[in-house]
Amino acid sequence: MKLHEYQAKSVFADAGIPTPDSQLAESTEEVLSAAESVGYPVAVKAQVQVGGRGKAGGIELVENDEEAREAADSILGMDLKGYTVERVLVEEAVDFVDELYVGVTMDRGEGKPVAMVSRKGGVNIEEVAEEDPDAIAREHVDPAFGLQPYQARRVVYDAGIDREVAGDVSSVLTTLFSLWDDRDASDTEINPLMVTSDGEVIAADAVMNIDEDALFRQAELAEMEEESYTDDLERKAGEYGFDYVRLEGDVGIIGNGAGLVMTTLDLVDYYGGEPANFLDVGGGAKADRIANALDMVFSDENVESVVFNIFGGITRGDEVAKGINNALEQFDEIPKPVVVRLAGTNAEEGMEILNADLVQVEQTLEEAVQRAVENAQEVHQ
Amino acid sequence: MSILVDEDTRVVVQGITGGEGKFHTEQMMEYGTNVVAGAVPGRGGQEVAGVPVYDTVSQAVREEDADASVIFVPPAFAADAIFESLDSELDLAVAITEGIPTQDMSKVYKRLSEVDTHLVGPNCPGLITPDEAKLGILPGNIFSSGNVGLVSRSGTLTYQVVDNLTNRGLGQTTAVGIGGDPIIGTSFVDALSLFEEDPETDAVVMCGEIGGEDEEQAAEFIAENMDTPVAGFIAGRTAPPGKRMGHAGAIVSGSGTGTAESKIDALNDAGVPVGDTPEEVADNVEDLL
Repeated sequence: MKLHEYQAKSVFADAGIPTPDSQLAESTEEVLSAAESVGYPVAVKAQVQVGGRGKAGGIELVENDEEAREAADSILGMDLKGYTVERVLVEEAVDFVDELYVGVTMDRGEGKPVAMVSRKGGVNIEEVAEEDPDAIAREHVDPAFGLQPYQARRVVYDAGIDREVAGDVSSVLTTLFSLWDDRDASDTEINPLMVTSDGEVIAADAVMNIDEDALFRQAELAEMEEESYTDDLERKAGEYGFDYVRLEGDVGIIGNGAGLVMTTLDLVDYYGGEPANFLDVGGGAKADRIANALDMVFSDENVESVVFNIFGGITRGDEVAKGINNALEQFDEIPKPVVVRLAGTNAEEGMEILNADLVQVEQTLEEAVQRAVENAQEVHQ
Repeated sequence: MSILVDEDTRVVVQGITGGEGKFHTEQMMEYGTNVVAGAVPGRGGQEVAGVPVYDTVSQAVREEDADASVIFVPPAFAADAIFESLDSELDLAVAITEGIPTQDMSKVYKRLSEVDTHLVGPNCPGLITPDEAKLGILPGNIFSSGNVGLVSRSGTLTYQVVDNLTNRGLGQTTAVGIGGDPIIGTSFVDALSLFEEDPETDAVVMCGEIGGEDEEQAAEFIAENMDTPVAGFIAGRTAPPGKRMGHAGAIVSGSGTGTAESKIDALNDAGVPVGDTPEEVADNVEDLL
């Protein structure tokens, strides 16, 4: 779960990290009154969860009412990489002399958190990591003990941060790590951490992503979750709780387990078809969930053919068959041909339950995928 | 021969009184697994499927001489259950639970380096030595005993590939589903090195997927340390770019690894044929044997 910049900033500010004065605004009038109270110059920043907002025209620096009105009119309602901008953050423009990068994430290879500091803030840090990896100082942290003060100092000095601000940067990093740890973040980032001419540091941006699996113990953050789908079908998948990604093709794919569903997509491609979606019903899906998955894929107008590929472990074939029957029996005519391949736990029971008048049954993954690809191709002939 | 489990493995099921715990305990016992105890706090003295339940894992170890655990405990309590297995000095702990917070697993991972227990999982189907024992949720009937080892990050993909192997008479020594989470106990390299040491394993199948760098590390290990031939499969060639790892994740290594292409290239460079379909993986195994 990704927090918006304004949400992450409020979490950072509450923890004591210096942030610029700012207000959220949803209309041009609100932008003007917010700018008035913050004081010009201000930055008007689109609040959508995509990177590279500045380059895409989602951030503008304005000096007066006229410019603020123009910026508000152009940014509010704009389409930014598929997301409609509904709100902007109106923020005090910080007069800076330097831009730094500070971040904490999980190094999955090491199984440990890693704290990172770089003098090359204010730019795409992934490009820095690619082109000049030594420009980012890294410090792995023992998860049982947390970031020690000497470690925070070491990574800050290793990054070549000026001695005058090193103490403040260490302190920001220490707080950022505590937040990462306490709030079950997958990553927290400040880019840039601006250094002012007075030698103070201030977080000019804020990134905080929370581990979805830990939301059960992060009630306060879970409440901040805002649905932000670019697509009605993805919204529907969110309501049903599916792992779903819409694609460009016409073969609808439903399966269990990310690896097997990805393989089914790969095979559709391999046999000359085009996947319409990735839909993983997850482990142990019961009949109603299976019926929802079919409903989901049927409601995609691009889909011409559906393939159901279930290899049961914790998922039981009889439950899957019941769900397919339930979903299909409501139609006088099946809207799109459905190929079913059931294997694994209770697959035999499932095959007995499955209403074979409503579906095409195939024994192997390869056969099922080829049949589904042919079904889609027939529509186009 | 086999790796990690055989007919002598004495299993305690943590979370045996839950729906999944009970169902799969019965399935495991039907398969022949020697389930000797359950462990559920507050449920000591009960019986599930004829198996005595204890309040703690250490009681199960003391009373029933358990040496391996299978964990069906909800995500909020699962890391604690794994710690309990590690602290009880079991040889093997298999965590089936999906959705354990990553930071909990980071602490577990740290503890693992201090004990001798092998952890398989979490978010995995478990492992099976055909005709001897299965620890987990794998459908036993698709496996057959033989000389091919299998290690996979994805549960259902494991079943798929095993089905392709079994259908043409390629039996398995042990099949291990290591799980797809960011932080897991047994890695590809750990499983591959166990297979390399197993005299009965004549070829290994390794099924990977996009994300992380485990497959690239495995390729390096295979090139440098393995005499046993390996056949590969990588899922996610057509996966949409939106499913890539999150923002800061890529910064750590500073390189664009983790794609299907980079993994397939790394494996090919290590002399591992990578099949385009699960059926082709079975073809490749036949060629290697």
